[in-house]
Amino acid sequence: MANKHIKVALIGNPNTGKTLLFNQLTGLNQKVGNYPGVTVDKKEGLSKLSSTQTAIITDLPGTYSINPTSMDESIVLKTLLKKDIKESPDVILVVADIENLKRNLLLFSQIKDLEIPTVLAINMVDQMHKKGISIDVSVLKEELNTEVILISAKKNEGIKEVKEAIIRCHVAAKASPLCGINHKIDPDYFAKLKEISPNHTLYELWLMITQNNFPETITASEKAALLSFKQDISKLKKYQHKETIYRYQEINRILKKTYLVDKSKASDVRSKLDKIFTHKIFGYIIFFLILLVIFQSIFDWASVPMDFIDGLFAHFSELAKEALPVGVFTDLLTDGIIPGIGGVVIFIPQIAILFLFIAILEETGYMSRVVFLMDKIMRRFGMNGKSVIPLISGTACAIPAIMATRTIGNWKERLITILVVPFTTCSARLPVYAILIALIIPDTKIFGLLNLQGLVLLSLYALGFGTAILAGYILHKTLNINSKSFFVIEMPNYKIPSFKNVFFEVVEKTKAFVFGAGKIILALSIVLWFLASNGSSDFKNAEKNVTNMEVSKNLPSEELDKKIASYKLENSYIGMLGKSIEPVIKPLGYDWKIAIALITSFAAREVFVGTLATIYSVEANDDDVTTIKQKMASEMNPETGEKRFNFPVGMSLLIFYAFAMQCMATLAIVKKETKTWKWPLIQLVSMGLLAYVSSLIIYQILS
Amino acid sequence: MSTIASLQIGEIGYISEETLDSIPLKLLEMGCLPGAEVQLIQIAPLNDPIYICVNGSHLAIRTETAAQIKILKSE
Repeated sequence: MANKHIKVALIGNPNTGKTLLFNQLTGLNQKVGNYPGVTVDKKEGLSKLSSTQTAIITDLPGTYSINPTSMDESIVLKTLLKKDIKESPDVILVVADIENLKRNLLLFSQIKDLEIPTVLAINMVDQMHKKGISIDVSVLKEELNTEVILISAKKNEGIKEVKEAIIRCHVAAKASPLCGINHKIDPDYFAKLKEISPNHTLYELWLMITQNNFPETITASEKAALLSFKQDISKLKKYQHKETIYRYQEINRILKKTYLVDKSKASDVRSKLDKIFTHKIFGYIIFFLILLVIFQSIFDWASVPMDFIDGLFAHFSELAKEALPVGVFTDLLTDGIIPGIGGVVIFIPQIAILFLFIAILEETGYMSRVVFLMDKIMRRFGMNGKSVIPLISGTACAIPAIMATRTIGNWKERLITILVVPFTTCSARLPVYAILIALIIPDTKIFGLLNLQGLVLLSLYALGFGTAILAGYILHKTLNINSKSFFVIEMPNYKIPSFKNVFFEVVEKTKAFVFGAGKIILALSIVLWFLASNGSSDFKNAEKNVTNMEVSKNLPSEELDKKIASYKLENSYIGMLGKSIEPVIKPLGYDWKIAIALITSFAAREVFVGTLATIYSVEANDDDVTTIKQKMASEMNPETGEKRFNFPVGMSLLIFYAFAMQCMATLAIVKKETKTWKWPLIQLVSMGLLAYVSSLIIYQILS
Repeated sequence: MSTIASLQIGEIGYISEETLDSIPLKLLEMGCLPGAEVQLIQIAPLNDPIYICVNGSHLAIRTETAAQIKILKSE
């Protein structure tokens, strides 16, 4: 068996320290992929069990049972039902928390009935004595008929024993069921069910009918026979209730023999903290203060590394220009690829800081309190308490935010959250806002304290969040989706976050952004560069055409070069594209150059700045070192003789960028999560219309 | 008859045996079993959701669900 990896699935209730155990087992040998057929992230890692044996460990989302109520949880069911033989696990490692052992064993008992070899790791045993808990492992082992290991993932205790147990378990014969639902509830009924397929265990068949989930391993005739059991739905429901109660009876019987809690030793830190964090007034004040700290750090602290990265890439570009011979390839590298990568990398500090905070808040158990505080308020806007996390994440990037909606069990509330998240001000809007605000808003203080530019930026954030809430309300009133609303969250015990978990979480989310959005942005930068450096016959003959013009006759060579570059841009493919849509956007105060930036930034907003940089630097001479901002400030509108980026145009653009759905990566993820093009298209059109109309009104009023 | 929704903060009740069918499966699985002790810990602003401790699990559920689960109060 050496050299063949054992496939281990890691399963457990949320908040049991499952992820930390995964990190301890696998270390840095992790990768995140997608589950085939579904879009949930799959975390896999390689673990060295012994000198000859390795295992591939898959970290499954936390779940309380294998009767799923959200998308995250349904992954666990699908994995266990062996949808795909290659993917099905050899050994299941169930993680339980010593404090909530009873509830954790429910999931364990269900998994055991699937007759897959199982190891039970009871975590957080370092807390055992403090909480007055004692446990008889040898009796528990015997009663559960499984490998039981006491561990402390945080203190790295028992990890070696878990690895050994996995190997023993893998070598051992087929596992036996624990509770056996058949004889206790309705023996005749379950005997008939068992007859349907000899290749599946009774509990597998029972899950197939109750969860309406039929794996490929089931034949057509077997499936038809199973479906006949679905006719009496109320009976199914009743039996599911009975099954759960029966399981708890068994668990209670076993725990009575092996598990003791001395309640007098239980500490009361939790209830004291809860009194403050869920307080009707202080609870909100604390939440508001935490948000303030998060935003402050995103804007203030992140600006230092961001400026550094910005400078670094400009430097790279220059170095490449000097070192490489003049030619098409060098142009592609210095004007397309390097700025393209830079445009993605610059967001890493902001995204990492935001996810650092979110990871810490989740790890400490505080996020559940926020969900509790916000649920009723969010429900008025068609969402629920769990929507708060996606809305906060949306200020970094809509992509992970939309993925975070998977924990929302109610489809209508989840859909509304997905649809409104793109209104929250993501970090890609920030460079656009920053440059426009710097151009049109004077850098003055009001009341000698508040910075006017900062205030405008804050208003734009408020505008985004307000629009998200309002759009939620409208969708709540108009969407006619019948979706059973069921809401329950566990309030976990407060914990000191694990550095390892937080670190992995931040790295993983940041990586997902860089590679997800990065691919699109980089590809676009290259296309953009190509479109700007190629064109019609007028483009190719630019030099000749310009030199032959009457006005060019007596110009100095420097001026002439500028004129040629400008002429080239106007006749490049991208110039032609921009000019063709100019009539449509003229009422908003934009010209064909801005039009080009609008088109390209439909892929991703931050491309706006990059595009203008390309347009103006293509136009200018190579040795022109004025920054993009200065170039924009000096750009004139030939029709009015005024500055191109005056106050009305700037405001119009700000509003346009606040509303328009300009992010291909988000559209793609919405399509994946809603499984249809309908919702992303609705998002694209309605947000686009809102952006157009609002910008039109703003420009017409101001000018 | 009282339900979980009618508990006062700090008050304890026991889930009634007759209410079994009206408890959502998910809550059953999380420990809301007939006979289990329920304590109301906190009520969110606007009176919803509520925060309970049942069978050792600390859960937040909506009042709408809590109102479906009958309890016996320990006088």
